[in-house]
Amino acid sequence: MNALQPKGSLMSLVVSGLHKAFGTQDAVAGVSFEVNPGEIVGLLGPNGAGKTTTISMLLGVLAPDTGSVFIDGISLAEDRSAALSRTNFAAVYAALPGNMRVEENLRVFGLMYGVDNLSQRIEEAIVKFDLSRLRRKKCGTLSSGEQTRVNLAKALLNHPHLLLLDEPTASLDPSTARDIRAHIREFAGSKTGGVLWTSHNMHEVEEVCDRVLFLSHGKILLEGNPRTLAGEHRKKNLEDLFVAVAREPLSLKGQEEAA
Amino acid sequence: MNLKRAFAIFLRQFYLMRGNPSRFVTIFVWVVVDIVIWGFMTRYLNGLNHAGFDFVPAILGAVLLWDFQTRIMHGITMACMEDSWSRNFLNIFASPVTVWEYLLGLIASSISTSMIGMAVMLLLASGFFGLNLFAYGAMALPFLFILFLSGIALGIFATGLMLRFGPAAEWLIWPMPALIAPFAGVFYPLTVLPHWMQVVAQGLPPAYVFEGIRAISSGGTAALPPLLGGLALAVLYTALAGLFFSRMHRHVVRSGQLARYSAETG
Repeated sequence: MNALQPKGSLMSLVVSGLHKAFGTQDAVAGVSFEVNPGEIVGLLGPNGAGKTTTISMLLGVLAPDTGSVFIDGISLAEDRSAALSRTNFAAVYAALPGNMRVEENLRVFGLMYGVDNLSQRIEEAIVKFDLSRLRRKKCGTLSSGEQTRVNLAKALLNHPHLLLLDEPTASLDPSTARDIRAHIREFAGSKTGGVLWTSHNMHEVEEVCDRVLFLSHGKILLEGNPRTLAGEHRKKNLEDLFVAVAREPLSLKGQEEAA
Repeated sequence: MNLKRAFAIFLRQFYLMRGNPSRFVTIFVWVVVDIVIWGFMTRYLNGLNHAGFDFVPAILGAVLLWDFQTRIMHGITMACMEDSWSRNFLNIFASPVTVWEYLLGLIASSISTSMIGMAVMLLLASGFFGLNLFAYGAMALPFLFILFLSGIALGIFATGLMLRFGPAAEWLIWPMPALIAPFAGVFYPLTVLPHWMQVVAQGLPPAYVFEGIRAISSGGTAALPPLLGGLALAVLYTALAGLFFSRMHRHVVRSGQLARYSAETG
């Protein structure tokens, strides 16, 4: 297999036929999708649908059984370091070490991601995410909202071509969540990279995402514009569609196939 | 190999050390305790001894060198445990850092802490109990190098176990040096061991060092060929330990254990 993506190398992310089973259970069963630069794609689905398993495979901490992942045209399997240097992530279950200060964490992870002009980038991130007051505080002493801002500052340090966000606004108050969404939209607006976002907040998804993928039992069940997809499936809103995906995935699959 | 990324691993340990004095104190507190206990013990043994044999280089020197190897090993494992305790494996292994860069960072961190421990031990052992490492002559260098490599090999092997079996593997790791010590002949010649233990000792690089130390302490010389054999074994074990860690990493990435590390699903 070639380390470089043969075509469509301008894509932030190209996932083809991704499959992962644990024992006899398929966690992800043949998922394929793409994320374009500047695009925010929502990866949605009920708990256990395979979202975090998919993201783990995109981060290289879980090897797929089959399938391929190309980040910015580089094969994750063939050139892991090069592919991962073009990505970054923030997830509720991957907090930065709480026993290091904010600026220490930014420096350490900036070095890991090979950020050029690191000191300058750290200062920019500190200003952008309003962390000046917190820079010498240990991350473990910060509130959820403050930690999310630090995680996001770390995730954007290397100007990623692919930003992976696993429930970045979970457990945040509405005001902080709104700020975080604004930062992510601003990042996507710069067109330097694409965003893959998981969330259980359908209002947020509708507001932020350009496209959504509904996962159910490890497969992509639906795909489309979050502002029109619910109507296309005769649901009142995205939340109702989400509930339907969670409770009656087979009927939706039937509709999709009939369409 | 990207040295900046390895430096990031080292820098994290430096920040942790700087951030909490208890980490700094543990670099030398246990070795100080060891040197004090064994320093007085050798003084006592020298007083009982009428044949003129000097126990300081034979026993205290051996304790110092054994502690040096143990500190090298613990320097690596402690740095790795910090990542386990703070659930940081996901952040590190989802970054461009390779397993070799991670290991190099751990080794660099271990060298820096071990050198501080070694300096404190040397000051104490020479200042208060009259130990002179120069008494080993030029052999001091191969002794130190073999023990250094053995400590690295043990440390990397132990971190591989921790990656594979999760945070609970810590309990396997702490007693490792104590399990090896009886076979390595730190305090006694290998000839006092039963045959099967002597066979095991032949496969342990430190055993060659401590045999050499005893030979010099008895007024003889340390034979070079066995030491070279010990060195070759130490190099081999270091390489094997690196491969073991890499294999364990591959295993936990395939099985999903890395993504769910603290669940100890293995």
